[in-house]
Amino acid sequence: MSEDRSETGGEFEREPVPDSALLGSGKFWGMYAGEHTAGTEFMIGPLFLSAGASIQDLILGLLLGNFLAVLTWRFLVTPIATRKRMTLYYQLERIAGGSLVKIYNLVNGLLFCFLAGAMITVSASAAGVPFGIFYEVPSATFGFGAPSFTALVLVVGAVMAIVAAGGYQTVARVANIAAPWMIAIFAACGIVSLVQMNATGIDSIVRGDYWRDAVQFVQSRNGPQTFGFWQIVVFAWLCNGAMHFGMSDLSIFRFARSRSSGWAPAIGMFLGHYMAWIAAALLLAALIKVQPDVAVGSDGRVNANPGLLAYQALGWAGILCVVIAGWTTANPTIYRAGLAFQGILPATSRSVMTLVAGAVATLAGAFPNLSAQLLDFVGTYGTVLGPMGAVIVVDFYWMKRFGLQNEFAHRSGIKFNLAVFIAWLLPVAVGLYLIIWRDLFAAYAVIPAWLVCGILYLVLSKFTQREAVAATQPNWNHSANAGA
Amino acid sequence: MGSKQSPTMTRVLKAISIVALMATFAPCLLFLGGWMGHVAVKHWTLAGTVAWFVTTPWWMSRNLPVDAKEVEI
Repeated sequence: MSEDRSETGGEFEREPVPDSALLGSGKFWGMYAGEHTAGTEFMIGPLFLSAGASIQDLILGLLLGNFLAVLTWRFLVTPIATRKRMTLYYQLERIAGGSLVKIYNLVNGLLFCFLAGAMITVSASAAGVPFGIFYEVPSATFGFGAPSFTALVLVVGAVMAIVAAGGYQTVARVANIAAPWMIAIFAACGIVSLVQMNATGIDSIVRGDYWRDAVQFVQSRNGPQTFGFWQIVVFAWLCNGAMHFGMSDLSIFRFARSRSSGWAPAIGMFLGHYMAWIAAALLLAALIKVQPDVAVGSDGRVNANPGLLAYQALGWAGILCVVIAGWTTANPTIYRAGLAFQGILPATSRSVMTLVAGAVATLAGAFPNLSAQLLDFVGTYGTVLGPMGAVIVVDFYWMKRFGLQNEFAHRSGIKFNLAVFIAWLLPVAVGLYLIIWRDLFAAYAVIPAWLVCGILYLVLSKFTQREAVAATQPNWNHSANAGA
Repeated sequence: MGSKQSPTMTRVLKAISIVALMATFAPCLLFLGGWMGHVAVKHWTLAGTVAWFVTTPWWMSRNLPVDAKEVEI
């Protein structure tokens, strides 16, 4: 396998995975066990409480939403992955053309920068606790926190960018080693928090008086907010929309020997997006119960400070967990964004582009409000990247049935498939408009954008393929025959 | 790091790592049962954390997951 490795990562990037490299289901269960328990969980969990979700809705809503996410991996991603056995990028290149994939990759890279920025904020929130530097969220979206916190973000961001520029292997290794420990720390945080709130029996946990008190406390300071059952379900389902609906995990499941490997994300979901989210939310509830004064910032509002929350539950181990969780999430994200930028400017070095990505991420991390709006950001991320998955699904299942060519860019030799571009751009633009200017809950936009993108791709291909074939008739006949 | 020591040493290191992980997690259960105080939980968890990161890199050297550069949320 090693000779097929490239600088941009992964094996068999431009060919189907051969039978000799296929992996059994156990490998995928092992891999996903350490996935999805990341720095973001420390931010997302408390945001549910801040947004006014009830504990009953959270317990049931996350259960259903994560189950739907697993079903999507199993029945949408895995069948295509095990038939085509190609990466997302290579499949997209064959359908949309290399130039369009570069645009997609650039958008991906920019979104990664914001995600990494949120993780830099999370790590800085923990690194600041021993120095009395606290994370507080200003009212303006692009407002800085305290000068000392901004300076700390710059230091943490610079260190992360330099480490990411140095390469990926070391950080990935630390992330691997930290994964079981991190899961244990999350679980310990949740249990300690429950004890601190005297919720030590099933009855008292489910009744949720401690939770209701915490929600009331937050709302009395931050103003009333609601976050209902279906919002929780849809968020849990679609927060990884880019990975399942967006088909990013084709790159992983192309190695699966059997489709049953598609159930493996269940372990990542229920550890990271169930146990860890609830545990992180309990940290905020416990802080409000035990030290309500500390939970309130200087502006009189309650903001979840991940470092402080973990510190009050588990002391220095909690701080270490937040720093390592943020670091091991931010580093591959910065690295990946650097690769995306380098794809646009191939003459530049990967290290330089990684530093550029790190600088953008650090700048984003200096605005604490961006990490405080992680629920919206993650939904937006799925809305922007998810629809490309619809192009792959339509291309795989329906193009031939409608008398159209699948993998059109590959067969016709074009570099930019206009049908894909318009089909992606229109629903994403409408989705972003509704999210940003009409206050639509971001995760709600993912599936409509996905469906519209798929339908538009099919309809537009009717026109663009006819024109392309007419314009290049001799070449087309040759390449279509070669590709058949 | 992982494959240079003898199998016996590897087994010993693995055992220490497992104990370290238990030291990280078990104190909160003792806290839940009322057998340990909160301050002691913090100390044990930190001790378990240090032991985990000292011993585990010597034996945990599994290959990176395929396309490990993909971003997780």
